[in-house]
Amino acid sequence: MADHDTIAVEVTRYRPEQESVPAPQCYRVPLRKEWTILDGLNHIKDRLDGTLSYRWSCRMGICGSCGMTVNGEPKLACSTFLTDYAPGSIRVEPMRNFPVIRDLVVDISDFMAKLPKVKPWLIRADEDEQEDGEYLQTPEEKEAYQRYSMCINCMLCYSACPVYALEPTFLGPAVIALGQRYNLDSRDQGAEDRRDVLASAEGAWACTLVGECSVACPKGVDPAGAIQRYKLTAATKSLKEFLLPRGAR
Amino acid sequence: MTASGSGLAPARPYRQPVSRLWWLRRRSYLLFALRELSCVFVAWFVAFTLMLVVAVGSGPEPYRDFLDWSARPWVIALNVIAAAFVLLHAVTWFNLAPKAMVVRLGGRPVRPAAVVAAHYLLWIVCSIIAVWVILR
Repeated sequence: MADHDTIAVEVTRYRPEQESVPAPQCYRVPLRKEWTILDGLNHIKDRLDGTLSYRWSCRMGICGSCGMTVNGEPKLACSTFLTDYAPGSIRVEPMRNFPVIRDLVVDISDFMAKLPKVKPWLIRADEDEQEDGEYLQTPEEKEAYQRYSMCINCMLCYSACPVYALEPTFLGPAVIALGQRYNLDSRDQGAEDRRDVLASAEGAWACTLVGECSVACPKGVDPAGAIQRYKLTAATKSLKEFLLPRGAR
Repeated sequence: MTASGSGLAPARPYRQPVSRLWWLRRRSYLLFALRELSCVFVAWFVAFTLMLVVAVGSGPEPYRDFLDWSARPWVIALNVIAAAFVLLHAVTWFNLAPKAMVVRLGGRPVRPAAVVAAHYLLWIVCSIIAVWVILR
Protein backbone atom coordinates (compact mmCIF):
# COMPACT_ATOMS: atom_id res chain seq x y z
CA MET A 1 0.00 0.00 0.00
CA ALA A 2 1.42 3.39 -0.98
CA ASP A 3 2.27 5.87 1.79
CA HIS A 4 -0.41 8.36 0.75
CA ASP A 5 -3.04 5.63 1.09
CA THR A 6 -2.15 5.16 4.75
CA ILE A 7 -1.80 7.33 7.81
CA ALA A 8 0.50 6.94 10.80
CA VAL A 9 -1.33 6.38 14.07
CA GLU A 10 0.75 6.67 17.20
CA VAL A 11 -1.04 4.86 20.00
CA THR A 12 -0.06 5.11 23.65
CA ARG A 13 0.58 1.64 25.01
CA TYR A 14 0.58 0.76 28.67
CA ARG A 15 0.89 -2.85 29.68
CA PRO A 16 1.56 -2.79 33.43
CA GLU A 17 3.37 -6.13 33.26
CA GLN A 18 5.77 -4.77 30.62
CA GLU A 19 6.00 -0.99 31.02
CA SER A 20 6.27 1.17 34.11
CA VAL A 21 5.14 4.25 32.18
CA PRO A 22 3.04 4.50 28.99
CA ALA A 23 4.97 4.66 25.72
CA PRO A 24 3.86 5.37 22.14
CA GLN A 25 3.71 2.70 19.45
CA CYS A 26 3.31 3.58 15.79
CA TYR A 27 1.08 1.79 13.29
CA ARG A 28 0.10 2.56 9.69
CA VAL A 29 -3.55 2.18 8.88
CA PRO A 30 -5.42 2.64 5.59
CA LEU A 31 -6.55 6.22 5.08
CA ARG A 32 -10.17 5.92 4.00
CA LYS A 33 -12.64 8.76 3.74
CA GLU A 34 -15.29 6.99 5.81
CA TRP A 35 -12.93 5.67 8.50
CA THR A 36 -12.91 7.11 11.99
CA ILE A 37 -10.13 6.79 14.56
CA LEU A 38 -12.12 3.87 15.96
CA ASP A 39 -12.08 2.13 12.57
CA GLY A 40 -8.31 2.67 12.53
CA LEU A 41 -7.96 1.12 16.00
CA ASN A 42 -10.17 -1.80 14.99
CA HIS A 43 -7.94 -2.32 11.95
CA ILE A 44 -4.88 -2.39 14.23
CA LYS A 45 -6.55 -4.80 16.61
CA ASP A 46 -7.85 -7.14 13.86
CA ARG A 47 -4.93 -7.06 11.41
CA LEU A 48 -1.78 -5.67 12.99
CA ASP A 49 -1.63 -6.14 16.74
CA GLY A 50 -4.24 -8.05 18.71
CA THR A 51 -2.76 -6.98 22.04
CA LEU A 52 -4.09 -3.41 21.81
CA SER A 53 -6.79 -2.62 24.40
CA TYR A 54 -9.47 0.09 24.13
CA ARG A 55 -13.17 0.48 24.86
CA TRP A 56 -15.83 0.82 22.23
CA SER A 57 -19.36 -0.30 21.51
CA CYS A 58 -21.92 1.51 19.38
CA ARG A 59 -19.71 3.23 16.73
CA MET A 60 -22.23 6.06 16.48
CA GLY A 61 -21.67 8.55 19.29
CA ILE A 62 -24.32 7.22 21.64
CA CYS A 63 -22.73 4.73 24.05
CA GLY A 64 -19.98 7.10 25.23
CA SER A 65 -17.39 4.30 25.51
CA CYS A 66 -14.64 5.41 23.13
CA GLY A 67 -13.49 8.69 24.69
CA MET A 68 -9.78 9.24 23.99
CA THR A 69 -7.25 12.02 23.60
CA VAL A 70 -6.64 12.59 19.89
CA ASN A 71 -3.75 14.93 19.10
CA GLY A 72 -4.19 16.43 22.55
CA GLU A 73 -7.96 16.98 22.28
CA PRO A 74 -10.63 15.00 24.12
CA LYS A 75 -12.63 13.21 21.39
CA LEU A 76 -14.92 10.28 20.76
CA ALA A 77 -12.89 7.92 18.56
CA CYS A 78 -16.05 6.96 16.63
CA SER A 79 -16.86 10.59 15.69
CA THR A 80 -13.36 11.70 14.71
CA PHE A 81 -12.26 11.01 11.14
CA LEU A 82 -8.79 9.93 10.04
CA THR A 83 -8.93 12.23 7.00
CA ASP A 84 -9.28 15.30 9.24
CA TYR A 85 -5.66 14.74 10.29
CA ALA A 86 -4.17 13.83 6.89
CA PRO A 87 -1.52 14.47 5.80
CA GLY A 88 0.31 14.15 9.06
CA SER A 89 0.06 11.73 11.89
CA ILE A 90 -2.44 11.01 14.61
CA ARG A 91 -1.56 10.61 18.25
CA VAL A 92 -4.08 8.60 20.25
CA GLU A 93 -3.72 8.68 24.04
CA PRO A 94 -6.03 7.60 26.85
CA MET A 95 -8.44 10.17 28.29
CA ARG A 96 -6.64 12.58 30.58
CA ASN A 97 -7.34 12.88 34.32
CA PHE A 98 -8.21 9.20 34.80
CA PRO A 99 -5.90 6.41 35.96
CA VAL A 100 -4.86 4.25 32.98
CA ILE A 101 -5.53 0.53 33.42
CA ARG A 102 -4.16 -0.67 30.10
CA ASP A 103 -3.34 1.05 26.78
CA LEU A 104 -6.35 3.32 26.11
CA VAL A 105 -8.56 1.87 28.85
CA VAL A 106 -9.03 4.12 31.87
CA ASP A 107 -10.50 3.52 35.30
CA ILE A 108 -13.89 5.27 35.46
CA SER A 109 -14.90 4.09 38.93
CA ASP A 110 -14.53 7.62 40.38
CA PHE A 111 -17.19 8.91 37.97
CA MET A 112 -19.42 5.91 38.62
CA ALA A 113 -19.22 6.55 42.37
CA LYS A 114 -20.05 10.25 41.98
CA LEU A 115 -22.94 9.90 39.53
CA PRO A 116 -25.59 8.50 41.95
CA LYS A 117 -24.71 11.16 44.55
CA VAL A 118 -26.79 13.75 42.65
CA LYS A 119 -29.74 11.34 42.41
CA PRO A 120 -30.09 11.52 38.63
CA TRP A 121 -33.65 10.25 38.51
CA LEU A 122 -37.13 11.74 38.99
CA ILE A 123 -37.90 12.33 42.64
CA ARG A 124 -41.54 12.87 43.64
CA ALA A 125 -42.91 13.80 47.04
CA ASP A 126 -45.91 11.61 46.25
CA GLU A 127 -46.17 9.22 43.34
CA ASP A 128 -49.44 9.35 41.37
CA GLU A 129 -51.23 6.08 40.85
CA GLN A 130 -50.46 4.34 37.57
CA GLU A 131 -54.09 4.64 36.41
CA ASP A 132 -53.82 8.45 36.74
CA GLY A 133 -51.63 8.36 33.61
CA GLU A 134 -48.36 10.05 32.72
CA TYR A 135 -46.95 13.24 34.19
CA LEU A 136 -47.70 15.65 31.38
CA GLN A 137 -45.27 18.29 30.19
CA THR A 138 -45.54 21.21 27.77
CA PRO A 139 -42.92 21.56 24.98
CA GLU A 140 -41.45 24.54 26.90
CA GLU A 141 -41.12 22.45 30.07
CA LYS A 142 -39.34 19.74 28.09
CA GLU A 143 -37.04 22.29 26.47
CA ALA A 144 -35.98 23.57 29.91
CA TYR A 145 -33.90 20.43 30.59
CA GLN A 146 -33.61 18.63 27.25
CA ARG A 147 -30.14 19.89 26.43
CA TYR A 148 -28.74 18.46 29.67
CA SER A 149 -30.49 15.14 29.08
CA MET A 150 -28.32 14.54 25.98
CA CYS A 151 -25.33 13.52 28.13
CA ILE A 152 -23.96 10.09 27.19
CA ASN A 153 -21.57 9.80 30.18
CA CYS A 154 -18.53 9.71 27.89
CA MET A 155 -16.52 11.69 30.47
CA LEU A 156 -14.73 13.80 27.84
CA CYS A 157 -15.69 16.82 29.97
CA TYR A 158 -13.73 15.34 32.90
CA SER A 159 -10.80 14.79 30.58
CA ALA A 160 -10.92 18.48 29.56
CA CYS A 161 -11.39 19.91 33.07
CA PRO A 162 -8.24 21.21 34.80
CA VAL A 163 -10.15 21.58 38.08
CA TYR A 164 -10.85 17.84 38.08
CA ALA A 165 -7.18 17.19 37.27
CA LEU A 166 -6.06 19.21 40.28
CA GLU A 167 -8.90 18.36 42.67
CA PRO A 168 -10.12 14.81 42.12
CA THR A 169 -12.83 15.31 44.77
CA PHE A 170 -14.66 17.71 42.39
CA LEU A 171 -18.02 16.21 41.40
CA GLY A 172 -17.27 17.24 37.83
CA PRO A 173 -19.12 18.69 34.85
CA ALA A 174 -21.31 15.79 33.70
CA VAL A 175 -22.52 14.84 37.17
CA ILE A 176 -23.55 18.43 38.02
CA ALA A 177 -25.18 18.87 34.60
CA LEU A 178 -27.15 15.66 35.18
CA GLY A 179 -28.26 16.90 38.59
CA GLN A 180 -29.46 20.07 36.85
CA ARG A 181 -31.18 18.00 34.18
CA TYR A 182 -33.51 16.65 36.89
CA ASN A 183 -33.73 19.89 38.89
CA LEU A 184 -35.05 21.66 35.78
CA ASP A 185 -37.56 18.91 34.95
CA SER A 186 -41.11 20.05 35.75
CA ARG A 187 -41.99 16.50 36.88
CA ASP A 188 -39.23 16.44 39.47
CA GLN A 189 -39.50 17.59 43.08
CA GLY A 190 -36.04 16.57 44.27
CA ALA A 191 -34.02 19.80 43.96
CA GLU A 192 -33.84 20.10 47.74
CA ASP A 193 -32.56 16.49 48.04
CA ARG A 194 -29.73 17.25 45.60
CA ARG A 195 -28.80 20.59 47.09
CA ASP A 196 -26.37 19.36 49.78
CA VAL A 197 -24.26 17.64 47.15
CA LEU A 198 -24.61 20.10 44.25
CA ALA A 199 -24.08 23.24 46.36
CA SER A 200 -21.17 21.81 48.35
CA ALA A 201 -17.53 22.86 48.07
CA GLU A 202 -16.90 19.77 45.89
CA GLY A 203 -19.99 20.56 43.82
CA ALA A 204 -20.80 23.58 41.66
CA TRP A 205 -18.66 25.92 43.79
CA ALA A 206 -15.47 24.04 42.96
CA CYS A 207 -15.95 24.98 39.29
CA THR A 208 -13.97 28.05 38.26
CA LEU A 209 -15.47 28.20 34.76
CA VAL A 210 -12.63 27.31 32.48
CA GLY A 211 -15.34 26.34 30.01
CA GLU A 212 -13.41 23.53 28.29
CA CYS A 213 -16.00 20.93 29.33
CA SER A 214 -18.57 22.56 27.04
CA VAL A 215 -16.01 22.72 24.22
CA ALA A 216 -15.21 19.01 24.61
CA CYS A 217 -18.82 17.81 24.90
CA PRO A 218 -19.74 15.85 21.75
CA LYS A 219 -23.48 16.20 22.45
CA GLY A 220 -23.73 19.97 23.01
CA VAL A 221 -24.76 19.56 26.65
CA ASP A 222 -22.92 22.70 27.87
CA PRO A 223 -22.05 21.47 31.38
CA ALA A 224 -20.26 24.78 32.11
CA GLY A 225 -23.55 26.61 31.54
CA ALA A 226 -25.45 24.13 33.72
CA ILE A 227 -22.97 24.65 36.57
CA GLN A 228 -23.08 28.47 36.36
CA ARG A 229 -26.89 28.36 36.33
CA TYR A 230 -26.85 26.17 39.40
CA LYS A 231 -24.47 28.55 41.19
CA LEU A 232 -26.97 31.36 40.62
CA THR A 233 -29.87 29.18 41.81
CA ALA A 234 -27.98 28.06 44.94
CA ALA A 235 -26.81 31.60 45.78
CA THR A 236 -30.31 33.06 45.32
CA LYS A 237 -31.78 30.35 47.50
CA SER A 238 -29.24 30.87 50.29
CA LEU A 239 -29.80 34.63 50.16
CA LYS A 240 -33.57 34.20 50.35
CA GLU A 241 -33.21 31.87 53.33
CA PHE A 242 -31.02 34.43 55.03
CA LEU A 243 -33.24 37.44 54.36
CA LEU A 244 -36.81 36.22 54.19
CA PRO A 245 -39.02 34.70 56.88
CA ARG A 246 -39.76 31.00 56.39
CA GLY A 247 -43.21 31.47 54.84
CA ALA A 248 -42.11 33.88 52.09
CA ARG A 249 -39.29 31.79 50.53
CA MET B 1 -12.27 -14.36 40.45
CA THR B 2 -9.20 -12.61 41.79
CA ALA B 3 -6.52 -11.18 39.54
CA SER B 4 -4.03 -13.86 40.58
CA GLY B 5 -6.66 -16.59 40.22
CA SER B 6 -7.40 -15.54 36.64
CA GLY B 7 -3.72 -15.46 35.73
CA LEU B 8 -3.86 -11.71 35.05
CA ALA B 9 -1.18 -9.34 36.23
CA PRO B 10 -2.31 -7.33 39.25
CA ALA B 11 -3.79 -3.98 38.24
CA ARG B 12 -1.26 -1.16 38.52
CA PRO B 13 -3.07 1.86 37.15
CA TYR B 14 -0.87 4.63 35.82
CA ARG B 15 -1.67 8.17 36.96
CA GLN B 16 -0.51 10.86 34.60
CA PRO B 17 1.15 13.62 36.64
CA VAL B 18 -0.25 17.14 36.23
CA SER B 19 2.47 19.47 34.98
CA ARG B 20 3.13 22.63 36.99
CA LEU B 21 2.73 24.55 33.73
CA TRP B 22 -0.61 22.94 32.79
CA TRP B 23 -2.15 26.41 32.45
CA LEU B 24 0.13 27.17 29.49
CA ARG B 25 -1.09 24.16 27.51
CA ARG B 26 -4.13 25.88 26.01
CA ARG B 27 -5.20 29.44 25.31
CA SER B 28 -8.40 28.90 27.32
CA TYR B 29 -6.42 27.59 30.32
CA LEU B 30 -4.11 30.64 30.17
CA LEU B 31 -7.05 33.03 29.92
CA PHE B 32 -8.62 31.28 32.89
CA ALA B 33 -5.41 31.59 34.95
CA LEU B 34 -5.18 35.30 34.08
CA ARG B 35 -8.82 35.80 35.02
CA GLU B 36 -8.24 34.12 38.39
CA LEU B 37 -5.19 36.35 38.90
CA SER B 38 -7.30 39.41 38.08
CA CYS B 39 -9.02 39.21 41.49
CA VAL B 40 -5.74 40.37 43.10
CA PHE B 41 -5.89 43.55 41.01
CA VAL B 42 -9.59 44.05 41.77
CA ALA B 43 -8.62 43.90 45.47
CA TRP B 44 -5.80 46.41 44.77
CA PHE B 45 -8.29 48.85 43.20
CA VAL B 46 -10.53 48.55 46.26
CA ALA B 47 -7.54 49.27 48.53
CA PHE B 48 -6.45 52.19 46.31
CA THR B 49 -9.96 53.71 46.34
CA LEU B 50 -10.14 53.35 50.15
CA MET B 51 -6.77 55.08 50.48
CA LEU B 52 -8.12 57.89 48.28
CA VAL B 53 -11.23 58.21 50.46
CA VAL B 54 -9.11 58.33 53.62
CA ALA B 55 -6.84 60.98 52.05
CA VAL B 56 -9.81 63.11 50.97
CA GLY B 57 -11.29 62.83 54.47
CA SER B 58 -8.02 63.85 56.13
CA GLY B 59 -7.83 67.31 54.57
CA PRO B 60 -6.09 69.11 51.66
CA GLU B 61 -2.50 68.30 52.68
CA PRO B 62 -2.82 64.49 52.92
CA TYR B 63 -4.92 64.58 49.73
CA ARG B 64 -2.12 66.38 47.86
CA ASP B 65 0.41 63.87 49.27
CA PHE B 66 -1.77 61.05 48.01
CA LEU B 67 -1.96 62.63 44.55
CA ASP B 68 1.86 63.03 44.49
CA TRP B 69 2.29 59.41 45.53
CA SER B 70 -0.24 58.31 42.89
CA ALA B 71 1.75 60.16 40.21
CA ARG B 72 4.92 58.13 40.86
CA PRO B 73 5.84 56.04 37.81
CA TRP B 74 5.61 52.69 39.59
CA VAL B 75 2.12 53.48 40.99
CA ILE B 76 0.95 54.56 37.53
CA ALA B 77 2.47 51.41 36.00
CA LEU B 78 0.77 49.26 38.65
CA ASN B 79 -2.55 50.98 38.06
CA VAL B 80 -2.31 50.57 34.27
CA ILE B 81 -1.66 46.82 34.72
CA ALA B 82 -4.46 46.65 37.31
CA ALA B 83 -6.84 48.45 34.92
CA ALA B 84 -6.07 45.90 32.19
CA PHE B 85 -6.75 43.02 34.56
CA VAL B 86 -9.95 44.60 35.91
CA LEU B 87 -11.12 45.08 32.32
CA LEU B 88 -10.42 41.39 31.63
CA HIS B 89 -12.31 40.54 34.82
CA ALA B 90 -15.32 42.64 33.77
CA VAL B 91 -15.43 41.37 30.19
CA THR B 92 -15.16 37.69 31.17
CA TRP B 93 -17.77 38.25 33.89
CA PHE B 94 -20.18 39.82 31.40
CA ASN B 95 -19.60 37.03 28.90
CA LEU B 96 -20.44 34.52 31.59
CA ALA B 97 -23.76 36.20 32.42
CA PRO B 98 -25.88 34.51 29.73
CA LYS B 99 -24.50 31.13 30.80
CA ALA B 100 -25.63 31.67 34.39
CA MET B 101 -28.98 33.34 33.74
CA VAL B 102 -31.69 32.18 31.41
CA VAL B 103 -33.98 35.18 31.02
CA ARG B 104 -37.47 34.76 29.62
CA LEU B 105 -39.50 37.67 28.30
CA GLY B 106 -43.11 37.08 27.31
CA GLY B 107 -42.59 33.31 27.57
CA ARG B 108 -39.65 33.35 25.13
CA PRO B 109 -36.00 32.92 26.11
CA VAL B 110 -33.94 36.07 25.56
CA ARG B 111 -30.95 35.52 23.21
CA PRO B 112 -27.58 35.25 25.03
CA ALA B 113 -26.19 38.16 22.97
CA ALA B 114 -29.02 40.38 24.25
CA VAL B 115 -28.21 39.48 27.87
CA VAL B 116 -24.55 40.42 27.29
CA ALA B 117 -25.60 43.64 25.52
CA ALA B 118 -27.84 44.60 28.47
CA HIS B 119 -24.86 44.20 30.83
CA TYR B 120 -22.63 46.41 28.67
CA LEU B 121 -25.41 48.99 28.38
CA LEU B 122 -25.77 49.09 32.16
CA TRP B 123 -22.00 49.42 32.48
CA ILE B 124 -21.96 52.40 30.08
CA VAL B 125 -24.86 54.07 31.94
CA CYS B 126 -23.09 53.60 35.31
CA SER B 127 -19.83 54.95 33.81
CA ILE B 128 -21.62 58.04 32.43
CA ILE B 129 -23.18 58.71 35.85
CA ALA B 130 -19.76 58.30 37.51
CA VAL B 131 -18.09 60.65 35.01
CA TRP B 132 -20.91 63.19 35.48
CA VAL B 133 -20.57 63.08 39.27
CA ILE B 134 -16.77 63.55 39.05
CA LEU B 135 -16.69 66.28 36.37
CA ARG B 136 -19.77 68.40 37.14
